[in-house]
Amino acid sequence: MTAIVENKPAYDGKALDLTGRSGARAFKNTLATVLIVLAFVIAIIPLVWILWTVISKGYHLLLNAEWWSQSQRGITVRREGGGAYHAIMGTLIMALITAAIAVPIAILGAVYLVEYGKGTKVARAVSFMIDILTGVPSIVAALFIYAVWITVFGFNRVGFAVSLSLVLLMLPVVLRSTEEMLKLVPDELREASYALGVPKWKTILKVVVPTAFGGIITGVMLGLARVMGETAPLLILVGYSKNINLNPFEGFMGALPTMINQDRTELALQPAADRVWAAALTLILLVLALNLLARLVARFSTIKSK
Amino acid sequence: MAKRIEVSGLNVYYGDFKAVEDVSMTIEPRSVTAFIGPSGCGKSTYLRTLNRMHEVIPGARVEGKVLLDQQDLYATGVDPVAVRRVVGMVFQRPNPFPTMSIFDNVASGLKLNGVKDRKKLTQVVEESLQGANLWNEVKDRLDKPGAGLSGGQQQRLCIARAIAVEPEVILMDEPCSALDPISTLAIEDLIEKLKDRFTVVIVTHNMQQAARVSDQTAFFNLAATGKPGRLIEMGPTKQIFSNPTEKATEDYITGRFG
Repeated sequence: MTAIVENKPAYDGKALDLTGRSGARAFKNTLATVLIVLAFVIAIIPLVWILWTVISKGYHLLLNAEWWSQSQRGITVRREGGGAYHAIMGTLIMALITAAIAVPIAILGAVYLVEYGKGTKVARAVSFMIDILTGVPSIVAALFIYAVWITVFGFNRVGFAVSLSLVLLMLPVVLRSTEEMLKLVPDELREASYALGVPKWKTILKVVVPTAFGGIITGVMLGLARVMGETAPLLILVGYSKNINLNPFEGFMGALPTMINQDRTELALQPAADRVWAAALTLILLVLALNLLARLVARFSTIKSK
Repeated sequence: MAKRIEVSGLNVYYGDFKAVEDVSMTIEPRSVTAFIGPSGCGKSTYLRTLNRMHEVIPGARVEGKVLLDQQDLYATGVDPVAVRRVVGMVFQRPNPFPTMSIFDNVASGLKLNGVKDRKKLTQVVEESLQGANLWNEVKDRLDKPGAGLSGGQQQRLCIARAIAVEPEVILMDEPCSALDPISTLAIEDLIEKLKDRFTVVIVTHNMQQAARVSDQTAFFNLAATGKPGRLIEMGPTKQIFSNPTEKATEDYITGRFG
């Protein structure tokens, strides 16, 4: 079978210039690449530096079982030994109480803003307040709780008061990130659920929130990480104790940031300096461990995608 | 199952804007009714008023009557959630729930409405997937995510999900516009099968599709941009495509539109 081919030349003999980049464009490309790589390196230097310093100076204390199981009871800055158990537990207890209060409020608040309040005056007011709360320094949050908890109600300085002030710091972080995650859930999924005759509240509970779950967990972790490193509320609302105290409603309580602060005053002494670095490393590891845990939870709560 | 829908004098507004004006029609049970017309003529908007899905959009409201076998869907005291349990919907883009397995997707309508009996769920899931011509393709991987299926399979999964709650009516808003021709054919075969049990209403931009699958065809048009959409003509599909009464319908289906 022969096709009818029009009698046109296959090409007209004039070669197009396909050699590509002009000199100026190649230069701009190289320049931009160099700048971007440079920016990345500059950003990464302090991170690597901090990690290296903390790990190299702090790791050896962490290798002792004593570090994880004992307190600083009876140990002066000049003496070696003792552990960070009291501070680890204090930090964890206060952070978990904070999360237990802040996370439900934050998630419900975000659900209100995205699913119910959209465009209403109340929602705009809440949104504005959250923005302001995001900018509140930790010491202001601490003093506010001091004024309410101790001056007005006359309670003592205890771990729970710290948690209350940390709630003020954690709430806006978690609420904002949850809000963003809920906004990312496509409306088509909500409509699919409504079209099955599922009420709105159940659609939110069983379709919208589960779809955004991974992102919500990430937000909670960011909030927790921020809160666990805060020092001002600890200094103001609970005294540092070298003893193990697991009761957030009574007595002073150890915490990793205040433990660092305690030994920091005698950095010239080797035992104290070692403990500062070790406590810092412990705090970093604690945040990391919670992060990994949360990621595992998020992974196992969604179905395997394969 | 399958009920007759009678619409009279229906206007749809988005805020102050009148999107659809004065639509009256009867949709027969156990048949397929197709809505055709140019983009923006209000056919999708109108379709959504048949199960009150338009209420999801802020500012949308309706005047007029929609009777489902004599019961007014817009009477006071009628719960839109209850309406949607009897008038299901399939959307333009396949939208399986991403957090759920194939099984849970199909069972979602029942599960979310409180059915816990595992035996009943298993039975309904199998029947619905059979009904959606998907069972043979997925029966060995019911616990895998619904989002892992191909586009055409996902859309049939969505149809299975819609029929699992045993509605009276199934509304389809351009169900094939995101699919390839083979998947489209599969859905069209399925629609043919669905009309034995349900009242099916389908919005489509594909006139061959309307001609192939529907018994009745309604043509919507709008006089000009910014004017509300209207029902121009409705009748048996054969007659609409071979011998329409209105000039506008003829122009549209022969491609001489505009």
